[in-house]
Amino acid sequence: MQALTNVDFEVYAGEVVALVGDNGAGKSTLIKCISGAHLPDTGTISLEGEEVKIRVPSDATRLGIETVYQDLALCDNLHVVANMFLGREGATPPLVGPMPELAMEKRSLEVLETLHVTTISSVRQRVASLSGGQRQSVAISRAVMWSAKVVVLDEPTAALGVAQTEQVLALIRRLRERGLGIVVITHNLHEVFEIADRIIVLRLGRRVATFTHEGTTPEDVVAAITGARQEAAP
Amino acid sequence: MSKTSAPAPQGTLTGGTRTVSDYTWSRLREGELGHLPTLLGLVAIWVYFQSRQPTFLSARNLSNLVLQIGVTGTLAVGIVLVLLMSEIDLSVGSVSILCSAVVGNVVVNQGWAWYWGIVLMLVVGAAIGAFQGFWFAAVGVPSFVVTLAGLLGWQGVQQWVLGTTGTINVFDPHIGAIATTTLPAAWGWALAGGGSVVYAVTRIQEQLRRRRAGLPAKPLAVVGARTVLVAALALLVVAVLNGDLDGFWVLGKAVFLNKGVPTPGVILLGLVLFFAWLTTRTEFGRYVYAIGGNPEAARRAGVNVTAIRIAAFSLCALLASIAGLIQTSRLAAASQAIDPGQVTLEAIAAAVIGGTSLFGGRGNIWSALLGALVIGSVSNGLDLDGQQPYVKLIVEGAILLLFLTIDALARRWRAAAGRS
Repeated sequence: MQALTNVDFEVYAGEVVALVGDNGAGKSTLIKCISGAHLPDTGTISLEGEEVKIRVPSDATRLGIETVYQDLALCDNLHVVANMFLGREGATPPLVGPMPELAMEKRSLEVLETLHVTTISSVRQRVASLSGGQRQSVAISRAVMWSAKVVVLDEPTAALGVAQTEQVLALIRRLRERGLGIVVITHNLHEVFEIADRIIVLRLGRRVATFTHEGTTPEDVVAAITGARQEAAP
Repeated sequence: MSKTSAPAPQGTLTGGTRTVSDYTWSRLREGELGHLPTLLGLVAIWVYFQSRQPTFLSARNLSNLVLQIGVTGTLAVGIVLVLLMSEIDLSVGSVSILCSAVVGNVVVNQGWAWYWGIVLMLVVGAAIGAFQGFWFAAVGVPSFVVTLAGLLGWQGVQQWVLGTTGTINVFDPHIGAIATTTLPAAWGWALAGGGSVVYAVTRIQEQLRRRRAGLPAKPLAVVGARTVLVAALALLVVAVLNGDLDGFWVLGKAVFLNKGVPTPGVILLGLVLFFAWLTTRTEFGRYVYAIGGNPEAARRAGVNVTAIRIAAFSLCALLASIAGLIQTSRLAAASQAIDPGQVTLEAIAAAVIGGTSLFGGRGNIWSALLGALVIGSVSNGLDLDGQQPYVKLIVEGAILLLFLTIDALARRWRAAAGRS
């Protein structure tokens, strides 16, 4: 089955792009191609003007492309520090050497503090004991602590209440201020208009419309999502 | 916002030092029971059997107990390792008796030097584990099935290696020495004393370093109390096993020749310490826990899940081969009379009774030692009480169910406290 056809899309530094579309429009498949979870049949990916190859997730992370999946990919049984450093503990020798626990914990605290994630009482508590917003914040903080250039967020607020959604959106704005390129997949149009600089609409595996924040109404976006109005794909 | 002096350490990131009771009670309230149920159960079991048989806590019997848990404990260390990944290894009993047969065959029948026999045995164990791990992790057959096949298959291979007689007597003095020797009394003291000092220094140093780094540290009183407890326990065990306390609580003179810590106990303790370090301090250990918690998350974080799984299964079978060596030494034989199914299930029961979750990601290596002590104590106590084998099986089953019930209730409790 072909999920995507001739889709191209771009995100610039210091920009939030919202990727919207109905279920099955190909949003998830598209970001999986960028994050290395899915290998596209054809197509190219360029980062800072240079063509790059992304075959496996570690390729993407090495290039500075971090993805926060909807399920957050946290290990509930590990504490916050362990989750933030998972796979990148930096033990010497690797794998069987002792982990630099103190440095890891300090760095985790620093990162959370810079991003104003202050509601977590201890970074040595299990992730299972955190609220949804805190978990999302940990997942995002983990993604950006490794000198990320692009962060892809898949439905970051889908499971959150109002106050926690606000926390996460504030965090996304702070990432933009720090000059990261941010791709957000979301169903929530209200949220799209709150944070996105540009809005890209996918429909049935094609890019059907691109809007900028200014001069666009939610009705325009809905029309593009449902196919009520066809615009020339850019 | 400025911090208030009111009791609000929960809201701050770097929060100061918590008080002792804060620390202890908050953990208990949240259902983090740790080893508490197992320890309480162990004390209850000991009190019960001591009240029935005054020789139960005699030096001689405790020395026996240490000897008896060597095999189960060693197997259980490996079982904990795979349980932490949310997997199971049903083959450890068969692997251990196969390795026993291998060492017997090459040393007795082929005339190899005992050390080459042991090397071959270790290699065979690790290779079997890697093979099973490969079928599970790379091919994708569930570990339950792969190791169930192993439980049957390796027992068959063992009988083939043993040959028509079904038994190889192993009278090699070096291999025999493992189960028949004890640590000289002075060494036992040195081990307990030195170990306690090392434990105290590293623990206190760690907390001081955390303080200096501005990180929240455990109250020094908690660390100090734990250190004193560990040291007292270590010294007490050595004192009992050295025979210094015999006659103190046992009336009459027990004949106790094998004074000192039995060598299998030293081996088991060494393995527990090493694997406890490996699982809590290294990346390998962290990945084992991560895989048990969320294998997909581990994979996306760049962990080579397949390799870690194969390595863990290989280590589990390596431990099974060491258990096989201890068994060979105790029986002075490699024999097909041992039921590998029961050996396996006792090891799994030990790991679970010790507090390691069957659902992965929770527990630690120490549960192998504690669980083996519980099972060993029950078995030893019932023997001493002159009970029939059927009573042992029933009681062991009941105890397993009881401990798992406590675990299930604690899990529900944790879920209620928001720590599923």
